[in-house]
Amino acid sequence: MPATPLLELRGIDKSFGPVQVLRDVALTAHAGEVTALVGDNGAGKSTLVKCISGIHPTDAGEFLFDGRPAAIHSPRDAAALGIEVVYQDLALCDNLDIVQNMFLGREKLNGIVLDEPTMEQMAAETLAGLSVRTVKSLRQHVSSLSGGQRQTVAIAKAVLWNSRLVVLDEPTAALGVAQTAQVLELVRRLADNGLAVVLISHNMNDVFAVSDRIAALYLGQMVAQVKTTDITHAQVVELITAGRSGGLGLTAEPGQGGNGTDGQPAGKTAGGDR
Amino acid sequence: MTTTAVQQQGPAAVTPAPTVAGHARNYWIRVRGGDIGGLPAILGLIVLCTIFSIARPSFLTAGNFANLLTQGAATTLIAMGLIFVLLLGEIDLSAGFASGVCAAVLANVVTVLGFPWYVAVLAAVVTGVVIGTTLGFLVAKVGIPSFVVTLAGFLAFQGIALMLMEEGKNIAVRDEVLVAIANRNLTPLLGWLLALVAVIGYGVTQLLRQRNRAARGLVTDPIAVVLARIGGLALILGVAVFILNLERSRNVLITSLKGVPIVVPIVAVLLVLWTFVLQRTRYGRHVYAVGGNREAARRAGIDVDRIRISVFVICSSMAAIGGIVAASRANSVDPNTGGSSVLLYAVGAAVIGGTSLFGGKGRVLDAVLGGAVIAVIDNGMGLMGYSSGVKYVLTGVVLLLAASVDALSRRRSAATGTR
Repeated sequence: MPATPLLELRGIDKSFGPVQVLRDVALTAHAGEVTALVGDNGAGKSTLVKCISGIHPTDAGEFLFDGRPAAIHSPRDAAALGIEVVYQDLALCDNLDIVQNMFLGREKLNGIVLDEPTMEQMAAETLAGLSVRTVKSLRQHVSSLSGGQRQTVAIAKAVLWNSRLVVLDEPTAALGVAQTAQVLELVRRLADNGLAVVLISHNMNDVFAVSDRIAALYLGQMVAQVKTTDITHAQVVELITAGRSGGLGLTAEPGQGGNGTDGQPAGKTAGGDR
Repeated sequence: MTTTAVQQQGPAAVTPAPTVAGHARNYWIRVRGGDIGGLPAILGLIVLCTIFSIARPSFLTAGNFANLLTQGAATTLIAMGLIFVLLLGEIDLSAGFASGVCAAVLANVVTVLGFPWYVAVLAAVVTGVVIGTTLGFLVAKVGIPSFVVTLAGFLAFQGIALMLMEEGKNIAVRDEVLVAIANRNLTPLLGWLLALVAVIGYGVTQLLRQRNRAARGLVTDPIAVVLARIGGLALILGVAVFILNLERSRNVLITSLKGVPIVVPIVAVLLVLWTFVLQRTRYGRHVYAVGGNREAARRAGIDVDRIRISVFVICSSMAAIGGIVAASRANSVDPNTGGSSVLLYAVGAAVIGGTSLFGGKGRVLDAVLGGAVIAVIDNGMGLMGYSSGVKYVLTGVVLLLAASVDALSRRRSAATGTR
């Protein structure tokens, strides 16, 4: 494990009007690891992801990428750093084919003409590199794909750009058993290929199946970030629902100050300790 | 690689050898899946032409064929622009009267102010661009639904056209060049030359693409299919030019009337231009993306507002060109230019051709196919002596049929998972 985490957030605050959604949140993600981000509905997972990807500006906090402070004001800034987000609702265009979707917004050009052969080749190589063998033709419209295949395309789209950090927002939420296994395997492969992966999931089985670290959000606060091997199912569920579990999590009632990562046992924090 | 990821056969990169049978089978699967494209328009054309030529032999004469082309040209041009707006799932109800306003500007500049024709054409197109920018701004930046904005435009432009014509006097267009657009023909030789250039140009691009893809080991269409496409185009253009080059004057001693109407290559060039823009450029790809999933397009970094404004600009500019052709054909501009059924015919042409009203699906060629269907109905019913009333009813029925085909094919594709 490299000493500096690829992504390090410290003290992130984010409010929408009077509602404070994120409170002093810290998060780290290491290259070659899957960091699972868990939390109940409304805990702020999606907001945090949107802050990472530049859709929402943060109100306060430090954003370190590769150990250096980075300013992210738009999705383009995030993409320039190598941060790619695969959203829950996929963000694919049904009326375009796989290649067109993978290159959407970043088409390869030959003069002013789209360079279709190059794009098709790169798409094929990327899918092959991820050992994806489930699509018949790269020129299929995305509308004809199954949920798992769509998710695969969305993930492949994210890794096409030499990205270094891939954030997956509930990639298995709408999938069946076999397809879930397929996507999780793909997630694991991303990390094994040296990328940092942040996986948002509600499903404890998924989390324990692929993640190296678990970060739990509770009402906008990061209550723990620990190694997956050091924590049990039940503890994670307690962290998600109550914000604390034994020695982990909040020491005070939520809302009494931003001591989000206090209470993490020494040696279990991933570098997010302040 | 474990077995979970291997659900279907074949890795993505392996290219099955192209076969004609396989190609035909894929096409059939797409059609059954609801991806019917221009098929209904083509079948409709064949049926309508058969009926009219049996009922009225004069339908099938060279003279009437040339008439059809000039009759349908303005509608087709406006429909081409409308397709861009429809691709985003928007509508432009003002396109008809926008073409009227642009035609009025043209007539004023060339006849009243006495400028040369190219200044007048430029003024008309610039008027179209201004109208489109305004509509697009109101839709994309202010956020008013396009239906409402263009409905307001529909009313306002009607008034502007009236004002430009001093409360309804029509303005004659006498300029030789402008009149020639819809009323003169190419020499037979030039007609053949242009057809030849078109076929060779199409053939070379198709074969080059084929070779390029094959060289990189990508899936290619079977060579027989590619050759058949080129041959098909050559056949259609050849037959059309041959018929149009026949003498169609009633009395050759007085005047000779033969050749391809000048408006035909104009429509053809715009068809190729806009098809290129939609299919081969980044801009075109983004238009489809915004029409398919606006949020996805936004997240992909596409400037959605810019695309939305631009399609209205293209639509109104094409309406201007349609207005110029209409003014040329009528030799004059009156307050009704671009009015009555023009807009509805243009929307009808796009939908009949296979462009979806729901956005994301359509080609510029649809305007030509649908425009041909509408022109055939208009012309054939006229020949059979039916009143305008019957014509409108039939056109309405055809439009409704086309819209139901669109809706049903969408349902079908939702059911089969293809589009």
